[in-house]
Amino acid sequence: MSYFKIETRNVSLYYGNTQALKNITLGVPENKVVAIIGPSGCGKSTYLRLFNRMNDMIDGVRVEGEVLLNGKNIYADGVRVEDVRKRVGMVFQKPNPFPKSIFENVAYGLRINGVTNKRYIEETVERALRQAALWDEVKDNLKKSALALSGGQQQRLCIARALAVEPSVILMDEPSSALDPISNAKIEELIWELKKKYTILIVTHNMQQAARVSDWTAFFYLGELIEYAETKDLFTNPRNEKTQNYITGRFG
Amino acid sequence: MEHYRRHALKQRLYDTLFQVVALAGLLFAVMVLMWLLYTVFEDGIGRLNKQFLTSFPSRRAEEAGILAGMVGSVLVVLLTIVIAVPLGIGAAIYLEEYGRKNWFSRFIELNIANLAGVPSIVYGLLGLGLFVRWMQLDRSLIAGALTLSLLIMPVIIISAREALRSVPPGIREASFAMGATRWQTIWHHLLPISFPSILTGIILAVSRAIGETAPLITIGALTFVTFLPDDLRSPFTILPIQIFNWISRPQAAFHENAAAGIIVLLCITLLLNATAIYLRNRFSR
Repeated sequence: MSYFKIETRNVSLYYGNTQALKNITLGVPENKVVAIIGPSGCGKSTYLRLFNRMNDMIDGVRVEGEVLLNGKNIYADGVRVEDVRKRVGMVFQKPNPFPKSIFENVAYGLRINGVTNKRYIEETVERALRQAALWDEVKDNLKKSALALSGGQQQRLCIARALAVEPSVILMDEPSSALDPISNAKIEELIWELKKKYTILIVTHNMQQAARVSDWTAFFYLGELIEYAETKDLFTNPRNEKTQNYITGRFG
Repeated sequence: MEHYRRHALKQRLYDTLFQVVALAGLLFAVMVLMWLLYTVFEDGIGRLNKQFLTSFPSRRAEEAGILAGMVGSVLVVLLTIVIAVPLGIGAAIYLEEYGRKNWFSRFIELNIANLAGVPSIVYGLLGLGLFVRWMQLDRSLIAGALTLSLLIMPVIIISAREALRSVPPGIREASFAMGATRWQTIWHHLLPISFPSILTGIILAVSRAIGETAPLITIGALTFVTFLPDDLRSPFTILPIQIFNWISRPQAAFHENAAAGIIVLLCITLLLNATAIYLRNRFSR
């Protein structure tokens, strides 16, 4: 058994002939938050999407090396990609609720798993919405369209949707970059809460956010992992010159 | 300064000129349609009664009726919808969601686009060779419906693909990221979201099918039918053929029948479109 909940070992990823990730070895311990920072185009999002195999959907993508979830390679033969995605939830940069009711958005994960017990679905929806700190705002309007919610509420709804199927890992791809500061603060509080139960990997452009929410931080540059350290060390005492330049705003 | 002022004036003149030309075009189109409707109604409205709607064709104009053509048209079009819509949407889903994008898929795309522009008589010849002769369906309802299905399927495929492509990519991603299979994503999200646009394509295609005459004459739909089809293998006629038949007679009384037939055809087309638009509005909440 591996020490890490999720990890990559010597992973390289190619888009056709372009190498987007170069030999990356990195692990996330259970119930920790790891932030990935780095300038645009450095492979942060691509790296994040390794863990739920969302890169598979792009034509011409090739992955080398091992991507492990609970010590098992999720790119091995015979692994069903749907099973991986049920255990690894994802929250996207732009809130992307389904054009359905609030209730149906959260219940979706159960429905596609063939759950029909109405009582169980209702309980799960309430639990997930509570976990996402959205329950009090929407409990009287569960039948309302999700698209009528504000951007910040939509994003928390997307988090609730991911939580409903009880994944063990949550991937967040700049989850609050499209939101106002107050919604942003709510999402960050939420990440602190969720850490107790889930392992979280978060990509962010916002270094303050990385410093606030994460236990460990990884700095990516041009597809390479430059530095990976405890967050307070990385921000106060970076070992690599590139990291230093980036966090002090000299490039990127 | 002077130069700019003159330039602006010229542009405003062009603007007005274009508006006038566009309006003239619109008026011309509307007036031609109005005139057409007026002459048809003037000639035909008097013949439009219960006897006309419930009688079979006859040698005597005043005893002749539209029943066979009306029932034939409705049955053929309904059958065509039943055949062409699932096949067309299925093909679109395959091409858009499952098929790999390579030279072969582009080749198929190009062919479908070209098929949409093939003259309908060619489909009639195809139907004659394939369904009537080779499959030995004879000059039957089902042969006619299959022929019309071939005719409208390219239009349905193209519009359905367009509709699927316009679903926001975030929806697809969200569904897949939840662990949904392709089919679950298509069934729960892509189809419901794109349904209104797909329906628009179907409306256009079916409106075309109901007015088509040439391919059905080619496969041998009859012109003088004094019975209603009782199964899929029955011979049949359709409204446009019946109308054409009456128009080509010398007696004026038959021309009135033809005009009344046109009114019936228009009403059926409007009814079909209204149903489709109602469905579209219901689903695109």
